[in-house]
Amino acid sequence: MSNLVAISRSSLLTPFNVVAGIIVLLGLIITFLRFTQGLGAVTNLSDYNPWGLWIGFDLLCGVALAAGGYVTSAAVYIFGLKKYHSAVRPAILTGFLGYALVVLALNYDVGRPWRLPYPFIIQQGTTSVLFEVGACVLLYLIVLFVEFTPSALEWLGLKKARNLILRLTMALTFLGVILSTLHQSSLGALFLIAPSKLHPLWYSQYIPVFFFVSSIIAGLSMVIFEGSLTHRYFADKMDAIHLKEKEDVVFGFGKAASFVLAGYFMIKVFGIAMDNNWHWLSTSWGAWFLVELLGFVALPSLLYATGVREKNIGLIKWTAAWTVLGIVVNRLNVGLIAFNWHLPASERYFPHWMEIALSLFVVTVGLIVFRFIVTHMPILYEHPDYKTPHA
Amino acid sequence: METGFLTLQDFYTFTKGVAYLLVVVTLFGLAGYWLFLNGRDEDDRE
Repeated sequence: MSNLVAISRSSLLTPFNVVAGIIVLLGLIITFLRFTQGLGAVTNLSDYNPWGLWIGFDLLCGVALAAGGYVTSAAVYIFGLKKYHSAVRPAILTGFLGYALVVLALNYDVGRPWRLPYPFIIQQGTTSVLFEVGACVLLYLIVLFVEFTPSALEWLGLKKARNLILRLTMALTFLGVILSTLHQSSLGALFLIAPSKLHPLWYSQYIPVFFFVSSIIAGLSMVIFEGSLTHRYFADKMDAIHLKEKEDVVFGFGKAASFVLAGYFMIKVFGIAMDNNWHWLSTSWGAWFLVELLGFVALPSLLYATGVREKNIGLIKWTAAWTVLGIVVNRLNVGLIAFNWHLPASERYFPHWMEIALSLFVVTVGLIVFRFIVTHMPILYEHPDYKTPHA
Repeated sequence: METGFLTLQDFYTFTKGVAYLLVVVTLFGLAGYWLFLNGRDEDDRE
């Protein structure tokens, strides 16, 4: 008996569990401080910088990196690329958790979070881009939840309910693509209101287009990145079909990401040309802009292309991780770094350590829930009772 | 360069002109890039 207790204790004390446990504990303490002392106690937000890390990272990056759900389901169900079917469930799960965590983080960032439903029940404010973002995120979170439920229903053995939901697959996919197109671009459109605050190299009348196109890149890269991580840590949960289709997904999505990145590079150049911002490229801000444009757009596009041509799966996986980092850099540039660029250094925003710790807490919660679901539900394998094609 | 335009028309003539040139570069560039991306697949099929 004492041996069993010792074994179960040692299996709980893995490096992941220990680190995750510490971060969650810290996150809970900050949660308590945030909701008892207010935003001022745990953030460096000010009237100049009302949007900080929780918007720049948790929301802007979270939404972009959760785009794998609509990208994959559109590829499989709308464009008929059935050979990527095994990637749908992990992508939908990542998307659902991503959006759920965005909403969770928003509850910390908004001064009075209990008023989040107000735009839907008290005052619509339909002329506001933020209303459109809020409405789409709410609706898309519901869509992703419904798209995810077949896995949970198979796990719970609720066959009839699962079959009913499966009939909605096409409708949900179309709804997901429409809602994503709307709010991914609208997140960029939010910055159209601040031409004097956002640096000219990042500000453009085409910023909604930049955000939407880069979300496709983020979605494709996240599917490859997340797929390589699950293959590494959950290979025992993957069935033969998932293992067989894995390479197709990496090469197919890598090729698509390379081409979309090339297109994105060109529309970013159009952005500079249309506002005649060439002269800014020779400044220090221009150097940082070129790091983003050449290092995180042009370079991964070429690396993806090389990986696809040379059938180098390792190169494509590393490029996916680099591209995901590039999306984070872009969103942080727009949301934080190049925002209020004209202010003196003393007025510039740098996140409080508790803001960073809480963002880590949100990501860690996502990883814990992801691990629980992948371990218990048929995400990386087909449930033995449901061997027919499923969503 | 940003102070080199006397009228809004001058500005648009210049920026639109650059944009049209970029359109041509993009059309041919992306078509070529697509061929480059798929080049090995075509070779394998042959």
